[in-house]
Amino acid sequence: MSDKNTRAMAAPGIRKSKAEAVNAADTRELYKKREPIYPKLAHGKFRTVKWVVMAVTLGIYYLVPFLRWDRGPDAPDQAVLVDFAGRRFYFFFIEIWPQEVYYITGLLILAALALFLATALFGRVWCGYACPQTVWTDLFIWVERAFEGDRNARIKLDRSPMSFDKAWRKIGKHTVWLVIALATGGAWILYFHDAYDVIGNFFTGQAEPSSYLFAGILTFTTYTLAGTMREQVCTYMCPWPRIQAAMTDRDALNVTYRVDRGEPRGPHKKNESWDGRGDCIDCKQCVAVCPMGIDIRDGAQLECIQCALCIDACDDIMRKVDRPTGLITYETDDNVDRFQRGEKAVYKFIRPRTVVYGVAFAIVAAIMLAALLNRSELELNSQRDRNPNFVILSDGAVRNGYNLKVVNKANEPRTLTLSIEGDPQIETRLLGAADDAPMQLRVDADRTQDFVIYLTLPASAIDGARETFNFRVTDTRTGETATTPSMIVTGAE
Amino acid sequence: MSEHDQERERDAHSGTATTGHEWDGIKELDTPLPRWWLWVFYASIAWSVVYMIFMPAWPALPGLAGETDHTRGLRDHSERANVAQAIEELHASRASGFAALEGASIDQIENDPQLLGFVRAAGEAAFGDNCATCHGSGAQGAIGYPNLNDDVWLWGGTYEDIRTTLRYGIRSEHPDTRFSQMPSFGRDELLTGSEIADVADYVLSMSGRAGDVSAEALARGQETYDIQCASCHMPDGTGDRMQGAPNLTDQDWLYGSSREQVINIIHRGPYGVMPAWEGRLNEATIDALAAYVYLLGGGEEAEGAANGPTGR
Repeated sequence: MSDKNTRAMAAPGIRKSKAEAVNAADTRELYKKREPIYPKLAHGKFRTVKWVVMAVTLGIYYLVPFLRWDRGPDAPDQAVLVDFAGRRFYFFFIEIWPQEVYYITGLLILAALALFLATALFGRVWCGYACPQTVWTDLFIWVERAFEGDRNARIKLDRSPMSFDKAWRKIGKHTVWLVIALATGGAWILYFHDAYDVIGNFFTGQAEPSSYLFAGILTFTTYTLAGTMREQVCTYMCPWPRIQAAMTDRDALNVTYRVDRGEPRGPHKKNESWDGRGDCIDCKQCVAVCPMGIDIRDGAQLECIQCALCIDACDDIMRKVDRPTGLITYETDDNVDRFQRGEKAVYKFIRPRTVVYGVAFAIVAAIMLAALLNRSELELNSQRDRNPNFVILSDGAVRNGYNLKVVNKANEPRTLTLSIEGDPQIETRLLGAADDAPMQLRVDADRTQDFVIYLTLPASAIDGARETFNFRVTDTRTGETATTPSMIVTGAE
Repeated sequence: MSEHDQERERDAHSGTATTGHEWDGIKELDTPLPRWWLWVFYASIAWSVVYMIFMPAWPALPGLAGETDHTRGLRDHSERANVAQAIEELHASRASGFAALEGASIDQIENDPQLLGFVRAAGEAAFGDNCATCHGSGAQGAIGYPNLNDDVWLWGGTYEDIRTTLRYGIRSEHPDTRFSQMPSFGRDELLTGSEIADVADYVLSMSGRAGDVSAEALARGQETYDIQCASCHMPDGTGDRMQGAPNLTDQDWLYGSSREQVINIIHRGPYGVMPAWEGRLNEATIDALAAYVYLLGGGEEAEGAANGPTGR
């Protein structure tokens, strides 16, 4: 592709870029060293949107650990906290215990469905705007540009022999990268311990080894994935490009080169008529700005993350040559076909696929919400002793032992009254109960506590092999109650 | 690309060089290792060097590595020392629980949730190690080995009684052991077979278990009982804990409640032995065991103590 034309003008005043789609499937070789990509800075609405999204997502990531949320004196006041030591997950007003991890599962299902829906409607918007790999790579390229200049300057710098100028630019770039990477890894650990504590402890060597380990891992991965691997992560490591092919269809809005408008492409000479030729002047600006190193004009391809920067680049050129913008634009495959047949665009946002994703999302969200709203802060479980299964006393009465687990998810201690709903002849003996309150349980705040109770059924009351009843605990103050079924095994035939 | 590479034949389909050899018409492609694989391999080699510097790695020449027979590494790591330290930490973590147990009354134990939890855990572990062989893993007992869950106690069921039994044993070799002996009425020919059968019928009748027995037989049995048995088992059959003589009127039968089993035990005379645990277990463990057994549900309040917490 290094023929003389690459140096030619694409149109009056517009040089044709020498950019090559080095990461396109046809160009790259499996055992060849990666060819560097020097994405040129694009200007336009999508670039602006991406800057905003970057600022918002990075802002959320770095600042959320510092948000506070008052949960009372006995609980942490960090709004979002994964407390492994205390085995709790806090998210603003939500507190989740380990056995309630299904809330997380539900959240992941919701996220997946939202991703499916967004992909079915708008293509790979996740990849193009919000994926951490995209955001941090974009940030790292911004740093690279700040130190080494835009595309052509960077190419020139890389080809030039080592000099003081080259050295400080490279060192500066890698230093800032490492600082960003460290801040990324450092922010990660803030989600697992109190943010203010862990920052102080981190720099005085007092933090836990796991904090240093994960900060180190995240620093390393941020530096390598966003700094040196970049598009290779998306092309080779990420499964989503493979999966998303099943999520989009011919009615999904994808970043698309309008073949109907663009072809036949070629340089445009001054005063040449636009009739009988395409709008594409083959300036290759779309390739020059592409962070993935592909040519969007080759059509939909696995490597494309649909960041829309080529739209900005092309629109810029179209304005200069006084043609309508949108040669590269968000468009559906079917519509491009329609345009080629001279028909009008048809947008089908409501399709079986989007309806199914939307309905599934709504159902799961409703279930999650209901589960969250009905979450009980008091639970009771009982386990009957099986060894021995039952004990016959000297007077022929039968006794069973039980382990009661009382779960108090409230942030204050509770006093509970235990009652047996069943045969009134059942006699109780609760271990550790006070003399004047033989059926009272005290449970600390935010704790699960075990109690042992022995129930005795007099010989005269034994009727059958087993007798069922319910344990019930009732909060003496709030009236909250929890119950669990159990039984007495008598050993009778 | 070296000159050598260019001489080799290239595969038309993949463009990859062949190894240059041919086996029965088959040529092998000289596909290079993936670069990431190579880097992982090199990184592993580098890591092994780091590892050898910091961790024990090589057998050492005598005298070069102190008392060990290998290089110590900069971290001076020893898994054996770690185990010793872990055991020490375990003992230390239990020390506070055992310290709280020392001298505590059973009421104090029961009313302190933390101590109660500790006793139940420590007692259960010690029970499993030392007692379960005879008394069963759930302390449910077996023929000849008392069930410790129920309210039947041969030698007393207060915390103090249970501790004494644990410490000195029953018919053990300890000088302070609890001791008593029921004669072997049949084997030693103290009673005839028919006398034993009559006594057995009479004893079973005390708890309403007599079968189809004539009043004369019961009268004969009672006569023999009053002479031979009443001194220990008491005239009304309620037994005597001072001698470990069981209550014969209740529903609990250590050696079985069938007529044959009762006749058999009168014939041979039981001689159940429990070892003394003093000296084999430390005091704290014996305390934990006694409290554990007491709290299995059958423990008895000491004489004169307030009634225990109960919903009866």
